[in-house]
Amino acid sequence: MTTRELSPQATEQLPAHLVDATADESSLRRFLFGLPGVDPVGIEQRAAGLATRSIKRASKLAAIDMAISMVDLTTLEGADTPGKVRNLARKAMMPDPDYPETPRTAAICVYPDMVPTGISELKGSGVKVASVASAFPSGRSSLEIKLADTKIAVDGGADEIDMVIDRGAFLAGRYGTVFEQIVAIKQACGNARLKVILETGELATYDNVRRGSWLALLAGADFIKTSTGKISPAATLPVVHVMLQAVKDWKIETGEQRGVKPAGGIRTAKDAIRYLVAVNEIAGPEWLDPYYFRFGASSVLNDLIMQRRAQLDGHYSGADYVTAD
Amino acid sequence: MSHLAVSKTYKLFIAGAFPRSESGRTYQARDKKGDFMANAALASRKDLRDAVVAARKGYGAWSRATAYNRGQVIYRIAEMLEGRRSEFVELIMISTGASTNDSAAEVDAAIDRLVHYAGWTDKLAAVMGSANPVSSPYFSYSAPEPTGVVGIVAPSGSPLLGLISVIAPVIAGGNACVVIAADADPCVAITFAEVVATSDVPAGVINILTGRIPELAPHLAAHADVNALDLTGADAELRESLGQAAAETVKRVYVPRGVPDFIATPGTARLRAFLEIKTVWHPTGALSLSGGTS
Amino acid sequence: MDWEYSAAPESSAIADIKDRYMPFIDGAFKEGGGEDRDTLNPGTGERLSTVSTVNSSDIDRAVKAARRAYENVWSNIPRTERGKYLFRIARAIAERSRELAVVETLDNGKPIKETRDFDVPATAQHFFYHAGWADKLQHLGLGPAPQPLGVAGQVIPWNFPLLMAAWKIAPALAAGNTVVIKPAETTPLSILVLAEIIADADLPPGVVNIVTGAGDVGSMLINHAGIDKVAFTGSTAVGRRIQRELAGTGRKITLELGGKGANIIFEDAAQDQAVEGIINGIFFNQGQVCCAGSRLLVQESIADEFIERLKQRVETLRVGDPMDKNTDVGAINSEAQLGRITALMNAGIAEGAELWSSSCPLPKNGYYLSPSIFTSATPSMRIAREEIFGPVLTTMTFRTPDEAVLKANNSPYGLSAGVWTEKGSRAMGMAAALRAGVIWDNTFNRFDPAASFGGYKESGFGREGGPSGLAAYLDTDDEAVAR
Repeated sequence: MTTRELSPQATEQLPAHLVDATADESSLRRFLFGLPGVDPVGIEQRAAGLATRSIKRASKLAAIDMAISMVDLTTLEGADTPGKVRNLARKAMMPDPDYPETPRTAAICVYPDMVPTGISELKGSGVKVASVASAFPSGRSSLEIKLADTKIAVDGGADEIDMVIDRGAFLAGRYGTVFEQIVAIKQACGNARLKVILETGELATYDNVRRGSWLALLAGADFIKTSTGKISPAATLPVVHVMLQAVKDWKIETGEQRGVKPAGGIRTAKDAIRYLVAVNEIAGPEWLDPYYFRFGASSVLNDLIMQRRAQLDGHYSGADYVTAD
Repeated sequence: MSHLAVSKTYKLFIAGAFPRSESGRTYQARDKKGDFMANAALASRKDLRDAVVAARKGYGAWSRATAYNRGQVIYRIAEMLEGRRSEFVELIMISTGASTNDSAAEVDAAIDRLVHYAGWTDKLAAVMGSANPVSSPYFSYSAPEPTGVVGIVAPSGSPLLGLISVIAPVIAGGNACVVIAADADPCVAITFAEVVATSDVPAGVINILTGRIPELAPHLAAHADVNALDLTGADAELRESLGQAAAETVKRVYVPRGVPDFIATPGTARLRAFLEIKTVWHPTGALSLSGGTS
Repeated sequence: MDWEYSAAPESSAIADIKDRYMPFIDGAFKEGGGEDRDTLNPGTGERLSTVSTVNSSDIDRAVKAARRAYENVWSNIPRTERGKYLFRIARAIAERSRELAVVETLDNGKPIKETRDFDVPATAQHFFYHAGWADKLQHLGLGPAPQPLGVAGQVIPWNFPLLMAAWKIAPALAAGNTVVIKPAETTPLSILVLAEIIADADLPPGVVNIVTGAGDVGSMLINHAGIDKVAFTGSTAVGRRIQRELAGTGRKITLELGGKGANIIFEDAAQDQAVEGIINGIFFNQGQVCCAGSRLLVQESIADEFIERLKQRVETLRVGDPMDKNTDVGAINSEAQLGRITALMNAGIAEGAELWSSSCPLPKNGYYLSPSIFTSATPSMRIAREEIFGPVLTTMTFRTPDEAVLKANNSPYGLSAGVWTEKGSRAMGMAAALRAGVIWDNTFNRFDPAASFGGYKESGFGREGGPSGLAAYLDTDDEAVAR
């Protein structure tokens, strides 16, 4: 049993029962297991039902622009080079050179050692630099290594840190360990905003997604994020439903508004708009803002751009008309 | 010196006990030759009301018993009836004028009838139920359940076999019953009630009233706590008026197609008539997150 | 950003609504001898079309046609062939599904999302399922050669016009009967489009006959001496009358009547999904469903917070033009029905219950009602006992599982119930204890042709769907008869 403290400002605002929940590991476990369950069939049906919402004309263009402005344009490959990252950054700042009024993306997302390249390329553009950290993607290393990994990103100037939780510890029931790591990395973030990747595909059940979401929120996450994008399944509508419900309930209980980021598996503009519908109807319109909702994706940006052109031009676009990189 | 017979007082069978009619009335049961047999109780509307209360209570216990247990109890009735076989053969001969052979055949058929239905109790769900192959992520099954309290107008002309042939399918399904016996054969009916009373049948599962069918049956048909009716022993005109009364509470009404041949092997119509099919749905979701639509 | 869903109307052109429709008797559409009736679009209140109705000699003609078809044709066709007609019809329904969905939405008032995603696909599936039974009746456990009953007279309601037509016609035909069927007077169109499909499938004339008209036509049909089997879906009041009128006639009857379904939420329920289930239970089809979850029984320990959650979710429901693909709750079927619902709501207020209604804007024309929830209701109130048949939920609490069972069963109705709990043994136990023909655990309003549907007590008797539904159209009287 260990006691832990949350970051100072959070503790002041939290209601007593939530503070009690984090007194020690067994309190945390009891709290997490006391949350209402999620019926898988029911939630998948609700998600499927919302996916049939029909967006037409004027709303669609606004939705596309909003989706573009929420993209964390991502490259997380072993083969990443400074050249690759520079191209990514340019695309983030100006997604469609033929239509310069196209919104820029919210951020780029890269490995820690690529942060300085991104920072220098994006200087003054308003596009943020997010970095993965904490032994991404597996999360299988010591806390020291994870903190050192984070430090590289933070020292490099990253605005946002996308960490992974220790899924092994979670599935072994060591929720206190998972919690402690998040708190420690949050401290290492300094002013950078922290996104906590649950890797929902490995958590495997909706109940675990709900528990992981609350655990991360209690530990101070600014965003809860679905996936690393390295395994399947990554983000799905029903999983994001659970997470949107969690941040909505968190706001009801604490007054604090936290963010949600689906990542991986979002390939088309249609997919992206379905997520926006879910945000609007589950969490509420206050979350329709890049400060509270992001897409972790790369290929979806081109589809968004092409759909945007189709709305404006009146005919469908083609892959040759948008930059591959 | 010869022994003077101790004549039996025939009373009603309600809630596992033998009360007189609360009205105090009786009527004379006569044998085939017209000679006096006994003073049978002439049941009243209030007796019927009490019987329905007893049946509702008996139904609670009976429907909660396992099907296996119900089968064992019905089999016990057969055992007890077998033990009193010669008594019933003689009683039927006196009451109906049947020959020894015919009377014995009726009693044997009646015993076998009970055995037949004892074997049905734990098979109804398999034969009449199903697992439903629904085209959505649910486990769904349908299973028969007893309808509740059944009012039976027993047939005349077959005082033991006919009586048992209408009662046994009703209770085999888990129902309780209030039986209005044919007024010509009260002695056989109440003697059978004695067999029931010694067979571990929970009180109220079977209630037998002797009296006038046209007087009693309308109250049964109109009673809002009776779920179904078997009008086998009612004539055509009575069937119509009883059916009309039953409509007020949407009772399930069973009317046999013709004059039943109770000797023949029973079908399943009498079992089905008093069973409700209940369908249940339960999600059988993915064990893990779906690969899912995004 | 101001998030607004633009109206996303489905085009109504595909429905090709005619100016005039006629009854379908003996394989042909011909003028009936009764008065013309207009049918309205409840979404706008405007006239949609005009329907010629039948008189008693038309009904006579229809029953005779059904009898001729039964004796001379349908009884002699090999059972496999009977099935093939039904398969054809099922496929053709799927082919014309968009058209049927639009017709149904325009005539009934329910959202296009529902007709497109539920009513029409379920209709096609119902024919497909029963088609396969036609040559397998010997496997029902009713003997080696179960026989049909003959001519069935069927009367269906306005809440699921096309689906109810399928629930009646498909099993009757699969079992070898012929039918004379009457749709409700406010929703006659979709079954008449189905009649076109039936005619295109070359179903022999007289096997299916559709007579149009109001309650008097239904009464004539049901009481016609040439009918062997009566099947009625509608209110308990009319069902009682039918049962009374047919007493002593020997005619077989099945009745699908009203309900006041209890939706029971335990403290350990998956709450977000339970909210969805309650909403589906009472606002699907605008609550105009016999098996609606119209009583909410919520465990007292979670009641306040849960009802708050429910209200917030109900606020997001979109009420509006049924032809808009984004509409969640459409129009009430008729002005008369709207009047009946509001009368009961007023009774609820007068008896002291608290009314909360969604603040969603309602269209100016047409028959609309805001989704509403009564709290502080007690079991003795009319809104707790009587079927409202509209988007109005009556809420009560319970303390223990036994009390939930007691309250749920404490009704002359017994059609459906919902149970929400994560505890498997409790779900199973409640399913056994609840006296209703359909029990939904952790879900609501699920239907399938393979899963029997029907009520206990005053919700009716007989089943539709599954093997027991087929048995309703077969001669199951297997008792030997004395010579």
